[in-house]
Amino acid sequence: MLRDSDRIFTNLYGFHDWRLAGAKARGDWDGTKDILAKGRDWIIDEMKNSGLRGRGGAGFPTGVKWSFMPKTEGPRPHYLVINADEGEPGTCKDREMMRFDPHKLIEGALIASFAIGAHAAYIYIRGEFIREAEHLNYAIDEARAAGLLGKNACGSGWDCEVYVHRGAGAYICGEESALIESLEGKKGQPRLKPPFPAGVGLYGCPTTVNNVESIAVAPTILRRGAAWFAGLGKPNNTGTKVFCISGHVNTPCNVEEEMGIPLKDLIEKHAGGVRGGWDNLLAIIPGGSSVPMLNKQQCEEVTMDFDALRAMRSGLGTAAVIVMDKSTDLVRGIARLSKFYWHESCGQCTPCREGTGWMARMMARMAKGEAELSEIDLLEEISRQIEGHTICALGDAAAWPVQGLIRTFRPEMERRIKERLAKTRAA
Amino acid sequence: MPKLTIDGREIEVEAGATIIQAADLLGIEIPRFCYHERLAIAGNCRMCLVEVEKMPKPVASCAMPVGEGMVVKTNTPVVRKARQGVMEFLLLNHPLDCPICDQGGECDLQDQAMAYGADKGRCQEGKRAVPDKDYGPLVQTMMTRCIQCTRCVRFISEVAGTPVLGGLGRGEHLEITRYVGAAVSSELSGNLIDLCPVGALTNKPASYTYRSWELKKTESVDAMDALCASIRVDTRGNEVIRVLPRVNEDVNEEWLSDRSRFSVDGLKRQRLDRPYVRKDGKLVAVTWPEALAAIAAKLKGLDGSKIAAIAGDQADAEAMVAYKDLLAALGSASLDCRQDGAKLDPAVRASYLFNSTAAGIEQADALLIIGSNPRKENPVLNSRIRKRWQKGGFKVARIGHKGDLTYKYEHLGETAAVLKDLAEGKHPFFETLKNAAKPAIILGQGALTRADGAVILGLARKLADAAGLVKDGWNGFNVLHTAAARVGGLDLGFVPGNGGKDTDAIVAAAGKGDIQAVFLLGADEVEMGALGTAFVVYQGTHGDAGAHRADVILPGAAYTEKSATYVNLEGRAQQTRLAVFPPGEAKEDWRIVRALSDALGKPLAYDSLKGVRERLVKASPVFAAMGEVTPAAWGAGFGAEGSVSDDALVTNIDNFYMTDPISRASKTMAECTQAFGGGCTHKHKRTGTHG
Repeated sequence: MLRDSDRIFTNLYGFHDWRLAGAKARGDWDGTKDILAKGRDWIIDEMKNSGLRGRGGAGFPTGVKWSFMPKTEGPRPHYLVINADEGEPGTCKDREMMRFDPHKLIEGALIASFAIGAHAAYIYIRGEFIREAEHLNYAIDEARAAGLLGKNACGSGWDCEVYVHRGAGAYICGEESALIESLEGKKGQPRLKPPFPAGVGLYGCPTTVNNVESIAVAPTILRRGAAWFAGLGKPNNTGTKVFCISGHVNTPCNVEEEMGIPLKDLIEKHAGGVRGGWDNLLAIIPGGSSVPMLNKQQCEEVTMDFDALRAMRSGLGTAAVIVMDKSTDLVRGIARLSKFYWHESCGQCTPCREGTGWMARMMARMAKGEAELSEIDLLEEISRQIEGHTICALGDAAAWPVQGLIRTFRPEMERRIKERLAKTRAA
Repeated sequence: MPKLTIDGREIEVEAGATIIQAADLLGIEIPRFCYHERLAIAGNCRMCLVEVEKMPKPVASCAMPVGEGMVVKTNTPVVRKARQGVMEFLLLNHPLDCPICDQGGECDLQDQAMAYGADKGRCQEGKRAVPDKDYGPLVQTMMTRCIQCTRCVRFISEVAGTPVLGGLGRGEHLEITRYVGAAVSSELSGNLIDLCPVGALTNKPASYTYRSWELKKTESVDAMDALCASIRVDTRGNEVIRVLPRVNEDVNEEWLSDRSRFSVDGLKRQRLDRPYVRKDGKLVAVTWPEALAAIAAKLKGLDGSKIAAIAGDQADAEAMVAYKDLLAALGSASLDCRQDGAKLDPAVRASYLFNSTAAGIEQADALLIIGSNPRKENPVLNSRIRKRWQKGGFKVARIGHKGDLTYKYEHLGETAAVLKDLAEGKHPFFETLKNAAKPAIILGQGALTRADGAVILGLARKLADAAGLVKDGWNGFNVLHTAAARVGGLDLGFVPGNGGKDTDAIVAAAGKGDIQAVFLLGADEVEMGALGTAFVVYQGTHGDAGAHRADVILPGAAYTEKSATYVNLEGRAQQTRLAVFPPGEAKEDWRIVRALSDALGKPLAYDSLKGVRERLVKASPVFAAMGEVTPAAWGAGFGAEGSVSDDALVTNIDNFYMTDPISRASKTMAECTQAFGGGCTHKHKRTGTHG
């Protein structure tokens, strides 16, 4: 279990003052100037050495991402964009960070901007996060008034402004290139890659897009050293991570824990265990709605990190652990997720636009058993036709939960269909 | 230049090219719906997925830039499976109405479904229906068929420069629509029909009248404006059903203006299909010999100086040269092909050509537009200017009416006085032109048809000389014609000879009785009321202004009904091909003149098409270089000195949709005029009730 002294988010539950004074008391903005004084290369190397992998879901090493930015600023300015469009069902970590620890994010924004050569950072925040945006704006004003942001931020000689932009609540705008489009004032539709944002991003300029958590942990990593962070967790899955545990547990919560903690430990120690005891567990979605679910046996074995979950053909995603006990109608649950992806598909490319609707309708029928047995294979095939054929990852995200359901709970789907068939025959 | 392998074949392509372009070069077919080589890459249909070695997922070949050593496979089980999947998704919500769809038989989706479609659908859910949109009188929508490829959106924003289309809603509910309830008010909207890979956008005037496989296709040349775009005339029986553009990189790329495309129904209305002679004030249908005899009787004993001829905007070169020879035989030097009275100088060929050429305007880096509205006068050429403007580093200025040209320009003023300042080097834009590597001007007919047109032409020449518009390998002096016949007429010398009169003088002399016989070769724009008591012979296609005034009507053939030569504004001679026969007793125009010459006792020296074309080559070598631009040497001394009037410079086109007898007879063009108000705003003042 993570020691309290190793916690990064020390105000995750909002017990303390979230404003500048409170943040400073918790160690934020301490020696920021000295960190910047060590230079870009040191910061990026330190981030690489820390082994921090992006906390938005894909798990791409943050330091490596920063190093993709052009070394010197050409005619086009550099931008940092922080993805605070937290929309993944089950995920609520960024919300708490921005609500109770906004200065961690803002300090991280300054450091990251400096490291990638940007003078402007945009925080694209989900439209529904009204109070969070207020806190962020308040904190930015405080920081600017205290000389921590703006011209000659922290006395480092680096000019950096941080802006908050509120989205309008579209899930797809959490995809980095759709987010950039939306930030530019256009319809939020993902861009084709290549070119990647590091080359052509916001307004056609080199841009780095990072998740709130990735940015917010950076100052602490740099203050305490890469070795400290790398010493936590497991190799290639280092550091701490905020897990969002929801569903059928006794005490749903956000909790910061070491990477690689066994899933069972995480739930038993922090969430008060599964409702009705561990044996009442049916399945867990370990990383937000987009990743395939795990059955009880898998849950007993798996540790919460990128590689272990990958090996289970699931994923860490945003580390939003959705626990479902035996009272859950799993098929209906996944049908609801399919409906979500159908609703949130941007409509740009064919497989996702047409396929999500087809899948959602089939899933809705499956939930009631109003389908043929052969349609389970068809459903699987359709999900494969979407997966990997779309512009962005929403297609994959829509396909995986369905694939996970079929892989793990096919007998339940079949049972339902057979039951309905039997009833029809009897009638 | 990266080298890559596609299906085992190596190719070296330019850096930045995409895989689909490389495959096209190799002749390897990759199916596509959203990709179009003249539009921005969207990458949204996902039909062009291919496998690339070392890449985990199939990639969209239209959007993936080639890389050194890339190994691409376009025909593997993975690729086929992916495309079959995309096809299944596309057909999921596409109606099965191919039997009644106008796109049937020439539909990309239909074709690709043959290769990648399943024999039956697996989807049990209902199909989506999308409300149709009103895109105006030209484009028929059937939005349920739309596959959201966004080609139309990209065309209308990028090429046409009128961003009125877009996608509303998201996911399955994404609909292509107009932003506000307006019709698609572009002069190039017909191209949306060609671009649409399915039957969502079809030809409204021709809807439900044809199946594409019934049509006979004749490759020809347009004569509805001076660009003379390459077209394909699709006919069934003796009826022109539709006109489509052909690819011609030098002239029209693959676009066509709405007037050229949709005025074809005018070829069937108001046609002159038999000769008429005016008897007791009324036109009476007669036979050909009677009509010719009536002319011969009238001209008998008439002195050559009392005879004149004016050629109209769609007269072909063969007919004009025949008339020219006939008038010479009759002893008349009064002939003119400039029915609008433009002060063009036939002596210096470079003074009336679009010297930079249509494709060449894309190389210009500064442009001054004088008294012209290229968007209305030649939308296809205007899209080239826009294309150049989009690339950046292109300064455009305009003297004349201030209106939307689909690109930004600096408005220098309304009157010719500004041009005078420029010519004298006193205007700041003069320096821009002078410092440009390839400066150009476009001089409109609106400026040249004024009383001071010759002075304006002189000022433009002065500006061209002073600002260095003409230099090694570059001539930026451009006259923008609006008539397909004009350059050909000037090239072959259908202009007043020694002591001859020009259009204005002919009309004036006819009014006074000094000229007693006037031949109008499709000339309808002449002031008919001013012709006095002169004996008017009208040879043309439509019952338009000329026919109403005529004493004898000789029915001729329209551009789709004959093999005829037109020289476009660049000085490019091109031939039309006969797609249908002229209606009734109408005849090919030069044959009419030949018969007339016999009736008048002055037979022309040629009696075959070959003969008349040999005569054309003798008149000008331009006619020998078919399909090629014959460049002209820069000359001095054209234009006149003098003062210019204070009147604002305006375009000569009042209504884009109706400029000639064919489009005036077209019902479609009348509907467009009603829907879009002619499109030239300078004469239609907006009132307070306009939105």
